[in-house]
Amino acid sequence: MKRLLSGNEAVARGAWEAGCKVASGYPGTPSTEIIETFSLYPNVYAEWATNEKVGLDAAIGAAYAGRRAISTMKHVGVNVAADSLFYAAMTGIEAGLVIVSADDPAMHSSQNEQDNRQYAKFARIPCLDPSDSQEAKDFTIAGFDLSEQFDTPVLLRMTTRVCHTSSPVEVFEQQASVPEPHKYPRNPAKYVMIPANARQRHPVIETRIVDLSVFAETFPHNRIEWRQKDLGIITGGIAYQYAREVFPDASILKLGMVYPLPEKMIKKFASQIKKLIIMEELDPFIEDQVRLMGVEIYRPQDIELNNYPMTKSVFPMFGEFSPAVIRIEAKRAGLYDGKIPDSIPDLILELPPRPPTLCPGCPHRSSFYVLSKLKLPVNGDIGCYTLGIAPPLKITDTCGCMGAGIGVAHGASIAGDSERHVAVIGDSTFFHSGVAPLINVAFNRSNVITIIMDNRITGMTGHQQNPGTGKTLMNQDTVEIDIEAMVKACGIKKVLTVAAYDVELIEKTLKQWMKEDGPAVLITREECALLPTARKKYISLQVTDQCNGCTVCFRIGCPAILKSEALDPKYNRPLAEIDSQLCTGCEICAQVCPRDAILFRDQVKMLQGKAKD
Amino acid sequence: MIEFPNLTIESDTVNFLLVGVGGQGTILASNVLAELGLASGYDVKKAEVHGMSQRGGSVISHLRWGESVYSPIIPKGEADIMISFEKLEALRFIDMLRPGGLILINDYEIVPVTVSSGAAIYPTDEYISNVIQTYTNQAYWVKGVEIAESLGMTKASNVVLLGALSALLGMASDSWLQVIGSRVPTKSLALNQQAFELGRLAIING
Repeated sequence: MKRLLSGNEAVARGAWEAGCKVASGYPGTPSTEIIETFSLYPNVYAEWATNEKVGLDAAIGAAYAGRRAISTMKHVGVNVAADSLFYAAMTGIEAGLVIVSADDPAMHSSQNEQDNRQYAKFARIPCLDPSDSQEAKDFTIAGFDLSEQFDTPVLLRMTTRVCHTSSPVEVFEQQASVPEPHKYPRNPAKYVMIPANARQRHPVIETRIVDLSVFAETFPHNRIEWRQKDLGIITGGIAYQYAREVFPDASILKLGMVYPLPEKMIKKFASQIKKLIIMEELDPFIEDQVRLMGVEIYRPQDIELNNYPMTKSVFPMFGEFSPAVIRIEAKRAGLYDGKIPDSIPDLILELPPRPPTLCPGCPHRSSFYVLSKLKLPVNGDIGCYTLGIAPPLKITDTCGCMGAGIGVAHGASIAGDSERHVAVIGDSTFFHSGVAPLINVAFNRSNVITIIMDNRITGMTGHQQNPGTGKTLMNQDTVEIDIEAMVKACGIKKVLTVAAYDVELIEKTLKQWMKEDGPAVLITREECALLPTARKKYISLQVTDQCNGCTVCFRIGCPAILKSEALDPKYNRPLAEIDSQLCTGCEICAQVCPRDAILFRDQVKMLQGKAKD
Repeated sequence: MIEFPNLTIESDTVNFLLVGVGGQGTILASNVLAELGLASGYDVKKAEVHGMSQRGGSVISHLRWGESVYSPIIPKGEADIMISFEKLEALRFIDMLRPGGLILINDYEIVPVTVSSGAAIYPTDEYISNVIQTYTNQAYWVKGVEIAESLGMTKASNVVLLGALSALLGMASDSWLQVIGSRVPTKSLALNQQAFELGRLAIING
């Protein structure tokens, strides 16, 4: 039976059909739906771990214990988990282990577009690179088999377009029969990586990758599609689809496994092709390896050979492919003589942009408004609150990766920066990688003020549970970790938890702390305004005739506050207006209004009560 | 060549582009179209980007039916059928439309923060119509939100638009309603069916 599945749903399906028992990972676009979907299948265990490394260790632990396991993360999550990836590559496993890296070419929602195929080569493990949902499912299953056959973790490398594209997938209702796990291995020579053992293991994994390269020659997902032989394309992953779209007549060597490569197959293909090109997004990962094999790759005339270290011949090193990108670059390289698309007309470029913004009612807005008034340097972090960078708040000065903000603020402080630094981090990110740098702040006595914005959920990736929410991914009740107690245990003496919407208290507290020495942590607590429980409390506030268009409420950057067409008669300024469809009644605007021209919830309710009478 | 009763697509792939603003139900609409394509025996690809776009940003969904569909992204200027859930977004993505292609526009305005903050100006209806005219004379406007509101379910404007599209293509309702029925909660099924029929009528009655 064929079912329409996204690439992520297909990986989950593949894992289930392969008899995978355990999934552990950390949410991150574009990977999140894999574990969410997997958790809905029968007879499986799935969890959100506190971070990617913890998740990968859990999956490795399950695989050591003889159960097939999968760990999923976005590409930058593999950086967090890399230490574990490398020891698992050394030890191998007892049952299949698939590690999913969801890469994000074009950085739709990421801080970089690193090409994680490199990790496979770096750690000496095989890398599978599916090009659609059917392959996402098939390669997941193949990944478990390969993992066990070669005693290695397998990297399943997805990209945004594969993760979030739906296409038909043949599904089976039956799970593969997987051997029952035997007794937990007592095999220190293999699993205890002290130097003496590790020295024995290193040659083993070098031999393993050679064996895998031989296997790659007959791996059914590496295949040659012979068509015309003027142009031959070696490709893998999503780039295969663009190769077929733009060059329907070209011969193609389609690589399902992009590391290690089938050298004989590549040479055989190249020997029969007039012009050979490599089509791959981001790094010249295949291209460099093919060139090292001594295979000649077509180079357009105008490519300078001296632009080292950029070694890609035809297609760009950055961004994601599209038919337009392929056509434009192929035309420039003399490989395509069809039409190329026009550039975007100015009249479209000049339209008002619609950037992502903090939602109406977002509990982060109040702290950001106060920070914008205090003009302190803010070292931000990864989450919805990264949107604090957007106008009119514009409060974020740095943002690098998960958990970086506190450490970067600490660095400025110990370096003697004259301004007081504020680190801003969300609840889930704090659990992910904010605890260690906060301990460092306390331990090394820096002056950092940290704001932990506890919106009771992992927000940006679409509401996943975390250690502070009291529920697991599989909806079991669990401990609700007390952030304030934890901060105190980290050695921070000055801690205060406030209601996130309380603008005045936040401002008063920060101003007081600025006068005092020593680290401090402010926890602003209020559930994300998009949670179902929060939605039930929505009430639209109202602007009264006291408004004189002073613009203070515009400065909080709430999409529900509009400039109305009516002007204040005295100052000739547009009056404020509240969009009743968008307003949640968070009252931040009502608190900042200097003329009390925005009614609070109780006032609105009273007014509505009167209207009913 | 792919033939609908009222529309013939010259190539062997039909490309639907759905654009709108986060929260408008474009994803449900593209899911319905994808299932419909699969049920009609086509290979189908549906591509969208999740994440940041959900925070009030522009959303775009590429949907392709054909014998074999390769690229998940519709090549620029090759969308045969475009559905815009919001007027400004229709304009933003108009150069994705094949010259002379069909565009269905929800007559509805969602003001971006850049406009409400006074930094930019929302284009007038006349301007939007004039620009679209330079790309195609096959533009249809439907008051999707107004129609859905008349049923007391603003959220169903996406289904109103699907109804309108089914009529533009000259297709019968049955297969569409079947897919919609499998995608919406049972308790709102009857309202969604009405929304779909009102969308059809909006086109049929002009």
